[in-house]
Amino acid sequence: MTADLIAVVLLLAVAAYACGGGTDYGAGFWDLTAGGAESGKRPRWLIDHAMAPVWEVNNVWLIFVLVIMWTGFPILFQTVFSAMWLPLALAAMGLVLRGAGFAFRKPSRRLAGRRLYGAMFAVASVVTPFFLGAAVGGVASGRAAQGTEASADAWSNPTSLMFGLVAIATTALLGAVFLTADARRFDAPDLVGYFRLRALSSLAVLTVLAVITGFVTHEDSPHVWHGLTHGLGLLFVVVAGVAALATAWLLLRTPSVWMRVTAVGVVASAVIAWGMAQRPYLIPTSLTVADAAGAPATLTWLAIVTLVALVVVMPAVALLYWLDTHGELEELTEAELRRGSGADGEGAPPGG
Amino acid sequence: MSTSFHLLTDTPAQLLPARELMAFTLASHIILVPLGVAFPFITLVMHYRGLRRKDEVALLLARRWSAVMAVQFALGIVTGTVLSFEFGLLWPGLMGRWGDVFGIGFGVEAWAFFLEAVLIAIYLYGWRRLKPRTHFLLGLPLPATALLGAFGILAANSWMNTPQGFSLDSEGNPVDVNVWKAIFTPMFGPQYWHFVVAMIITAGFVVAGVYAVGWLRGRRDHYHRLGFAVPFTIAAVAAPVQFVLGDSIARSVFHKQPVKFAALEIVWETDTRVPEYLFGRLHEDGTVSGGIKIPLLDSVLAGFSPNTKVVGLTSVPADQRPTATQATIAHWAFDLMVVIGSVLVLLALWYGLVWLRHRRLPASKWFYRSAACAGVASVVAVECGWIATEVGRQPWIVYQNMRVAEAVTSTRSTTLWIMLGVVMAVYVFLFGSFLVILLKMRTRWRLADEQRAAGGAVHAPEADTPYGPREPLPVGDAPAGGGAARAEDGRP
Repeated sequence: MTADLIAVVLLLAVAAYACGGGTDYGAGFWDLTAGGAESGKRPRWLIDHAMAPVWEVNNVWLIFVLVIMWTGFPILFQTVFSAMWLPLALAAMGLVLRGAGFAFRKPSRRLAGRRLYGAMFAVASVVTPFFLGAAVGGVASGRAAQGTEASADAWSNPTSLMFGLVAIATTALLGAVFLTADARRFDAPDLVGYFRLRALSSLAVLTVLAVITGFVTHEDSPHVWHGLTHGLGLLFVVVAGVAALATAWLLLRTPSVWMRVTAVGVVASAVIAWGMAQRPYLIPTSLTVADAAGAPATLTWLAIVTLVALVVVMPAVALLYWLDTHGELEELTEAELRRGSGADGEGAPPGG
Repeated sequence: MSTSFHLLTDTPAQLLPARELMAFTLASHIILVPLGVAFPFITLVMHYRGLRRKDEVALLLARRWSAVMAVQFALGIVTGTVLSFEFGLLWPGLMGRWGDVFGIGFGVEAWAFFLEAVLIAIYLYGWRRLKPRTHFLLGLPLPATALLGAFGILAANSWMNTPQGFSLDSEGNPVDVNVWKAIFTPMFGPQYWHFVVAMIITAGFVVAGVYAVGWLRGRRDHYHRLGFAVPFTIAAVAAPVQFVLGDSIARSVFHKQPVKFAALEIVWETDTRVPEYLFGRLHEDGTVSGGIKIPLLDSVLAGFSPNTKVVGLTSVPADQRPTATQATIAHWAFDLMVVIGSVLVLLALWYGLVWLRHRRLPASKWFYRSAACAGVASVVAVECGWIATEVGRQPWIVYQNMRVAEAVTSTRSTTLWIMLGVVMAVYVFLFGSFLVILLKMRTRWRLADEQRAAGGAVHAPEADTPYGPREPLPVGDAPAGGGAARAEDGRP
């Protein structure tokens, strides 16, 4: 019972990371494809502007996921990290390069430095979700059974490949949708069109990939396929589909804030559909939630800790997003760091 | 052949690279930890001073420190995430068997960390738009979240030192988990407070050290005085406290982990009237070469009497205690930490005495030279403390319950060696970049201050861009498709 609850918490944390972290990776994807230093100047400006205050928070979700995994389902953690050694090791490297690249690009002045750190950030933003997706694919197709040694087969198989590509497409979609909204927020109408076009294209690509993934899972991971086409799994697939249509419709009209909600709806429903399809397994068809569950006392405490987190962290996160979307969070300029007085005046940039 | 050689041939080949990889990534991450835990606190003190006394220079310092914090916090978050991956990648055996016993501390740590990330983002980016008072108040819980985060990590580590809160079933698997007992283990209190104070001292001395160098180079304005005095005072107050806490944790180790204590003090046979060795090297046969031997002192330090019985390494079989080499490493790390700590206390006393007698900062050049070194020295002490506690626990990953060799991944050692190489290259590059960027920021700010002092052109165009790329919207060069969009998309 408690184990099921914790499994739901784990799934929701994964969904939150897919949405929060995904938006972030997506920004990196569009940074990578923005073109040369001159032509990509404005998109990159927007990406920096939009990501800066929230990217660290978006990425802490991952730590939540890992902690719930090893505390609530230690065997799952052990199994996944043993079988998926290489993709997870590469994802970890990607995470470092990406975060550091983004953080270092900001204070570097010279073009060469900014190019180097920017490339680091952008390339790692695409590579990392691919490997995380591939690892998830390995789990979904049941290749990470207990006792599996790390091998290429565990993650270089049709399901993993498709999950990796879907992960990239998902991040691209989220990134583009959020940046479209940010472009409006920061008063850059030309960038609205720029990112709207990209959001629509990535939605199209994602749809195609999702259909292919459907065929692949039918052959390669029958349990998940069955779950996705029946019961709760199917329900969330339908929700994801409806949300995707709504996103497309909102993108084609004058973009509004609602498209963020629908885009998040697409990704969150898809993740939840996958989780529902796996029931009652954490790793189909070898490790059930009940078998993997940690000590009952720990699970109870984990539930309490989660509750406290919900009460304490959620308002804080809400406050952050509220302040951010209301333009209350602005970086200091060099002039403000230098000046001995006041908070306004010279050097205040327009557009905020 | 020697015992340690025998033990080495017994262990899986991947143990050494896994250990080196974990050690390297942790040792690197640990450099950022004092800044992450205590730097926000120091900055808030400066910020408070600025608001309270309407001191623009103090506010300027707080603002600039928060710019440094932005870069440092980002690097800390990513290197910290790598560590949580490594728990699974390197030590799956530990997490698989014990994750549900000691993992809950990390649960607390995760949400404390989340809160910290939120608050720090608001603090870093709230300078300009939020009302000064609101901004400061929203930053105020930061030190508390840092303390809470440290709580989780230290709960886990102290559990590895003195595991409890479970019983073992017939197969040796933990059952009947008592989470409360697993968090509040005997070593938790001593380790936690020792750690927190170490972080405050280190962050204080590191930050003050930067301005001590400025003082030595002749920059003696209000800006440098303040930048030095606030962090240095915080560290100087904490240093004597640490002396007491350090003594208390050593005594806890003596009582709770006698074999580790024996390694830290290289005590071979259980005995009374045990001498203290400062440094020196332990050999496989129990002899000690080199070092300074002080008769009776170890017994006196452990139990206030020369007749205190100190447990020696030979009290347990060779495969349940650190090897002579490991004991020597732990011993050196321990002694070095104690020596550095003691010198730092003397420095703090020097500062305190001058302040009490003359109500001013010390004027001696030697004081500032020592202060400039104190930052580096305290980072070294932190590393040493960590080495002492980790190496002293060998060969156990969970003291007396699981060996490091049982926890290690089955991934081939070649893969791990390659990974170690890659990680080292990446980290050297990242930490090098971090340092270069900090130095560049410093140079930029100094130039700006000098220009301003000279009343010259403050508005040098290249100096006017933000420290982040939140520069004004670049005009022109609209990206592909931008033109059309501009036409059709007006604001509502």
